[in-house]
Order: sequence, then structure tokens, then C-alpha cells
Amino acid sequence: MRQILTVASKEFHDGLRNRWLISITIIFAILSIGLTYFGGVASGSIGIASLSTTVASLASLAVLLIPLIALLLSYDSFVGEQESGTLLLLLTYPLNTTQLLLGKFLGQGGIIALATILGFGSSALVLYFQLNDNEIIKVFSIFITSAVLLGLSFTAIAYLISLLVTEKSKAAGFALIIWFLFTLAFDLALLALLVGVEQGISQQGLTQLMMLSPADIFRLVNLSGLDSSDINGALAIAIKSSLSQVQLFAILTAWVVLPLTIANIIFKKKKL
Amino acid sequence: MTTTSLITLSNITKEYSSLCALQAINMQLAQGEVLGLFGHNGAGKTTMMKLILGVISPTHGNIEVFGVKPDTKAASHMRNKIGYLPENVSFYEQLTGLEVLTYFAKLKGFSNTNSKKHAIALLEKVGVDHAMKRQVKTYSKGMRQRLGLAQAFIGQPKLLLLDEPTVGLDPIATAEFYQTVDQLKSQGTSVILCSHVLPGVEQHIDRAMIISSGQMLATGSLAELRQLAHLPTKISLQGLDDTLTQDPILIPYIDQKQNNILRVPEQDKMDILRHLLSLPNLQDINVEPANLEQVYQYFLKEKPVDTKSSYSAEAIK
Repeated sequence: MRQILTVASKEFHDGLRNRWLISITIIFAILSIGLTYFGGVASGSIGIASLSTTVASLASLAVLLIPLIALLLSYDSFVGEQESGTLLLLLTYPLNTTQLLLGKFLGQGGIIALATILGFGSSALVLYFQLNDNEIIKVFSIFITSAVLLGLSFTAIAYLISLLVTEKSKAAGFALIIWFLFTLAFDLALLALLVGVEQGISQQGLTQLMMLSPADIFRLVNLSGLDSSDINGALAIAIKSSLSQVQLFAILTAWVVLPLTIANIIFKKKKL
Repeated sequence: MTTTSLITLSNITKEYSSLCALQAINMQLAQGEVLGLFGHNGAGKTTMMKLILGVISPTHGNIEVFGVKPDTKAASHMRNKIGYLPENVSFYEQLTGLEVLTYFAKLKGFSNTNSKKHAIALLEKVGVDHAMKRQVKTYSKGMRQRLGLAQAFIGQPKLLLLDEPTVGLDPIATAEFYQTVDQLKSQGTSVILCSHVLPGVEQHIDRAMIISSGQMLATGSLAELRQLAHLPTKISLQGLDDTLTQDPILIPYIDQKQNNILRVPEQDKMDILRHLLSLPNLQDINVEPANLEQVYQYFLKEKPVDTKSSYSAEAIK
């Protein structure tokens, strides 16, 4: 445990030193406060938009941004240390692969989680003081928790990439592809499937397919509780046959644990 | 000196998919012994270190380090007693030298406060303390190498594995480094030194091992190797010019190019020296036994390297 914390603290401090924490927090805060205040502009009104509009727009932006940031933060975690030779050195220390992996995950995941809580939490507070509605706290805690899980999931996926390739530049390329596949292409493919295959896919089937992408689970978690007027696309259909919040959270957590476990197995077998 | 061996390699073979990085290597290292490991790039030196460190496992054979197999779980605590300097390592550029060393000291089990103290002491020892608050990216090659050495010395290891330790060090720093090695040796630390910078190493090693393309060509103390190689001792003389070319005892030993130099096989050395000293004209005499470089060259030539396999061994590095 001590070894894990030592690594975690080093990674966390790296995140502070490289201004990751501060920049991610600021991006999230500006984004969410901006959307809170000006989310209604599109419909012709300035002022605090309705809670469901705000969360809907926040979720559709966060679903793109959070995976991108997590992948950027972590894609070179292992391949970078491998290139500089410190990975080999670290493994000659009384430190096993699991401890190193968990330490890094704790440190970098901590940066993502803290930035998400601070950034989005700030707009939740602003909204709460303006509207004084307890619903806000509930909706935002669901949003922030799922956003943290989404971030952690892509951190774990980034580790998978980082452990599978041998060059940093390749890892960056793969990270970009993974981001595109999960956040954009997957949804488009689902839509195409819906439109193109006549009666080929049931609501149930669609929802099950959506479990294959952590980004879509995140969307489902946050949008299923809202007015469906703010939602469109494949989601609207999926939501009608939605799984319960608890189930969705469980699957999203599995999307954190599973890549991390696979990464650990790959790390153990990695040739140094 | 005790004869307990810290490292035992018995019949070690390491194969990478198609090529053989090490072949049937046997080796023992006793406590307080300094072994020099010599060979071309890709000869298998780094592979051997990785095997001893337990980072990779042998294909065949058995390794024991501190009585345990280094690639098993049981070995994790013995790693506290091992210091390793990899061949090419660039430490976290954005951290300061002190932060880097403190991090590694913590991983070796030092508490938060002790790790910093220990790190500062080590940085002083290798002479980087003036720059310890600067980021590693501002360090020169030599300073980085010293930082790497300080890293290897963390926690007073009982076994040191140093891969090209003097690369990038200036002559003074190199001398200081060898002093440290001698000092650690006197405290009972065993050292394996990998190098292809040969001059200067010989007086600091107890034993040398020469490997090429994964095979051991020779091992033993320098004197033993010299004898095995039958390399002559070089005797330079002054003041004997004519007497030399006319002395029937000395004529067979005269160097073909310079006639004030004799090349005398080890077994005849003392007789020749006694004879030389009895000559009244002799003004100066200089005796040079074959140095490590000549021994090394000899053994590499003795068993010509199959270039094809040496190239492929290079590829896995």
C-alpha cells in the first residue's frame, strides 16, 4: 500500500506541476457556468436555463471532453517511462506491476476526479444559490459521479493503449482513434443501425449495444431522468427502455475495473 | 573474505523468439567481489543484468540471488538490497534532482523525512548537490550519469549492478566513481560492472568475464586471463641499445619494430628481469603486463564472432 501511495503522490504532483489540475478545472468550470447562464440563448432567452436543459447540454459536451482529457493525461503514462528507461528501473525496485499501475491510476485518476468535482461542482453551487432547488444537488451529484467514472474509465483505457504500444507517438495516435470511436463513431453507427436496418434492432437490443461504450452509458445515466424534449437521436429511444440508474452505474464502474484489470495482465506479461 | 556466493547462475540460457541472447552461462559472485563484464554491444551484458534483477526470466537454467529466484514473488524484499544503474536512463525531466532521488528512496522503503535526508547525502556524495534544486532537464550528461549513480547507491545496497557507469563522466568524476566502488567493496558490497571503456577498470575489478554473442569466452582474474591468453609482458629498456641485440638470451624476445622493447612470456619474465638487472648499462626499465584491453582483444579474436548472430543480438537491445 505504501508503494502505491508513493507512486500516486508522485503522479498527482506531476499533474499539479504540469497545470493539468488547474486547466481541467477551469475548462469544466467555465463550460458549466457558461452553459448554466447562457444555455437558453438558443431558445432566445438569456438567464439561467432550466435544469434539464443545462444538464443535457453539459452532458453532451462533457461526453466529448472528459474522455479526450483523460486520454491526453494518461496515454504516455507507461510508454513514456518505457522510452526514458525509468519503467525498467522502477521494476527493479521493490515494486510490482500491480502496485505501479494502481499508484498511477490513483494519482492521475485523482487529478481527473478532483478537477471534475471542482469544475462542475462550482456551477452546481452557483445554480443552487440562484434557484434554491434541492433537485439541483441530486441531479448534479449524479452528473458529477458519472463524469468521474467516465474519466476514470478512459484513464484505464489510456493505460491499455500505453502498455500495448512501444512508442509514444503511436500511443497518441491510438488514443485519438479510441476517442473518436467511442465518442463519435459508435453513436453514428448506432444511428445508422437504427435507420438502416428495418425492424432489425429492438429497443432492448439498442440499449444493450449502448453498454459497449462508456460514453453512451454516461449519456444514459444523465439524460434518462430529464424531459425527453431536450434529448434526441438514438438516446431518446434507448431511454424509453432504460435500465435503472443503479444498473447503469454498475456497468460504468465495470468499464473502469475491466480495462484496468486487463491492463494489469498485459503489464505483467510485458517484455521489457 | 567469505565465500558465500550472492549470485549463482547455473547453465543459464535466454532465448528471444528466434535468437539466443545468452547461452549456457555459469557464474558465481561472492560477497564483496567486483566482477567486470565485458563484451561488444549486444553481447548479452544487459540481458544478464536483467536476468539477475528478475525483470526477465531465463529460458533454461537456474538463477539464485541472495538465495532466492529473482523473478519470483519471494524476491521482492531482496530488491531493497540491490542497486541498479541502467544503461540508458533519463530521469523525470520536469522534476528536480532532489525530487527524483527522494522518490526513488521512498520506493526503496525510506520514510518521507529520511528519504529526503538520504537523497541529499547521496547527491553530495556524487557531487550534484549544488544543482539538486534544479530540474533534471537542465543537467549535463555527466550530471545525469551522477544522478543515476546516486540512485543506484540508495539504501547502501549489498549488490550493485552498473551498466556503463562511467559513460559521460569526466576523468576526475570517473576516478571518484571508482573510489566509491572500492569503498563499497570494502564494506562488503558485491559489484557487477558492465563496460566497454576498458582502461582504468582493471585495478578495480577482482574478476573479469568476457562474453560475445551470448557466449562466455573467458572468465577469471586478470592474471589468470593473461596466463590463459599467453600474452607477453612488455619490458621497455633504456641504455642497452647494442648489448641488447647481441645478447643471445634476449634476442628471441626483442620486439620486431622497436629494439629497445622486449616481449616476454609470463613464465620467463622473472629470469629475464634478473638477467637484465645484472647488465651494467641498464639505465631504466619499465615493466608492463598485458592490459585488459589486450586480453579482451585476444579472447575476442580467439573465437571469431559470427557476424550474423552478433547483429541479431544487437537487435534485441
